[in-house]
Amino acid sequence: MLVYIEIDHDEVAEVSLELICKARELADQLGVDVQAVIVGESNLDQFAEQIFSYGCDVLHVIEDERLKFYETLPYTFIVSEVIKETAPQIVLFGATPVGRDLAPRIASKLKTGLTADCTDLKIGDHENKKLKKIYKNILYQIRPAFGGNIIATIITPEHRPQMATVREGVIKLTQAQKNRKGVILPFDISLDGVDFVNTYLERTVSEKKINLKAADIIVSGGGGVGSRENFQLIHDLAETLGGLVGASRAAVDSGYIGREHQIGQTGTTVRPKLYIACGISGAIQHRAGMDQSGKIIAINTDPNAPIFQIAHYSIVGDIKEIIPLMIKAYKTKI
Amino acid sequence: MVYICGLIVSRFIMSLNLIVLAKQVPDTHNVTAEAMKADGTVNRGALPAIFNPEDLNALEMALTIKERYGGSVTVMTMGPPRASDILREALYRGADHCVLITDRAFAGADTLATSYVLSLAIRKISNYHLVLCGRQAIDGDTAQIGPQVAEKIGVNQVTYVEKIENLENGEITLSRALGRVTETIRTKLPLLITVTSSANRPRCFGAKRLMKYKKARTSFEIKQEIESSSPTGRYGIEILEEEIAKKHEELKNKGLLIETWTAKDLNADPESIGLTGSPTKVKKVKSIVFAATETKRIEPTEEGINGLIHELIEERTFG
Repeated sequence: MLVYIEIDHDEVAEVSLELICKARELADQLGVDVQAVIVGESNLDQFAEQIFSYGCDVLHVIEDERLKFYETLPYTFIVSEVIKETAPQIVLFGATPVGRDLAPRIASKLKTGLTADCTDLKIGDHENKKLKKIYKNILYQIRPAFGGNIIATIITPEHRPQMATVREGVIKLTQAQKNRKGVILPFDISLDGVDFVNTYLERTVSEKKINLKAADIIVSGGGGVGSRENFQLIHDLAETLGGLVGASRAAVDSGYIGREHQIGQTGTTVRPKLYIACGISGAIQHRAGMDQSGKIIAINTDPNAPIFQIAHYSIVGDIKEIIPLMIKAYKTKI
Repeated sequence: MVYICGLIVSRFIMSLNLIVLAKQVPDTHNVTAEAMKADGTVNRGALPAIFNPEDLNALEMALTIKERYGGSVTVMTMGPPRASDILREALYRGADHCVLITDRAFAGADTLATSYVLSLAIRKISNYHLVLCGRQAIDGDTAQIGPQVAEKIGVNQVTYVEKIENLENGEITLSRALGRVTETIRTKLPLLITVTSSANRPRCFGAKRLMKYKKARTSFEIKQEIESSSPTGRYGIEILEEEIAKKHEELKNKGLLIETWTAKDLNADPESIGLTGSPTKVKKVKSIVFAATETKRIEPTEEGINGLIHELIEERTFG
């Protein structure tokens, strides 16, 4: 079992730690160990303790000054070599932009199967009745498909490794064991023949890191908000309630707010205590990312909007009138 | 020597060969009440087939590059014969050539088997410089085809591209958004890029192009149309074939023939295509059933809203 560890601005990406937890669970069922691979410029050892604390046994480290930024070709070469060397049954990546750039390239190189954006992983058997063959202890790669209208269980019976990218935030972190030990192995690899073809002329990191997954309250706006100006109402309500701002794909595509706020199948999956959907019609893609919320309030002018099917509180009305009323009510009651 | 190389390179750029990979998809983003079955699951057959939205962004980017630097745009799709609809759409928007890659043997392909076939088709076009495709298709949302094709044709890839800044001397400068990071990268051609929906706004059909290219046909369609227009038994097979060949020639001369490539045309390895060539298998599919939640209706009045907020405060929902 191998996990690709992604570094997100001098920190281990949370999804990588989530994967370690899941890998530990699956590895225990299979009776194998959990190995991980980390690639970067230098000082990667500093992350080892944290990675081990969630259940990793062996960490392969590859450092080179040219590996400072993620670049497809060298990273593909390195991780493929680690896979060839360690021959894992299963390889997991976070379904982040980097994971979704890297994993398919590697799967194509190794000519094996890859399932994108899984929301759950399990170990189970599979019987091919036609071939009268039983595959024991293979990976069930579970993911929504067809725009979130179906949940499919995908398997890779014949090819190895079985590869998957896993969505951020769907696996719960287990308790870290501070004293858990692991082995750091510098991976011996020559980068002499590797193409570094990209020149990074400019690189900016957006400041605000919004962690929608951790929010207790999310106020979310959709296409029905109507304009960037109206979207200020969403910000106002979120600020009043001490929550964060989310958005549907329609709102992001219309330019009302940045993509980092997007909730739904192609955005973040959230489970806040309270979710307020404003001007969101409730396409399946969006619902897939928020329907596990504790309480859902939906505000929409269309009484037939699908969002009302999953809302606990339905308000048929215009957000321009309703939101100011909510802000006023909250402020006076407190 | 260096000078001569420079000359060759700039000439080479003058005739940029741009390839766009597109897919026809069911419109999963607009599941209407009519597309829902009584049991609460989606009736896929009732969804209209559309040009995958982000592939339109890829096409738009290719057309913009062509307008700025010259060259030609070839759009390819792998799919059933009716996928030719999106190829005609591509022609209405400004594509120069179109290729339909179709064969029953391709059916059931996962992304690995699909990328193998697409890579064969791209290789068939000699001297390409840039391959563009949408970041992902809305039916599968895998975002795997771009990187998997890039690996198979052996070129570098840049995913999530938002903008082409410059293109000269065999090098391209582009910007991409990788999560929180925005990068401006200079790299070499040939290259494969995947394009996001925020990159541009796809153009509409050109009226003149629509009038011209609505007559564009694949060889499959030519055959079908001639066969269905001739009453059974009236023509012998030979006459029919002659008719088809004539029509073929006529459309080709007018630039209205959509090329059709099959597994044989691509010399595809039978073990690497379709279901056989797909390492991943679907074990189980479960439809999502939309069960209604018990909903409390709140009146859109000051009184109604006050009551709601009061209730939520009482229940400590606000923390």
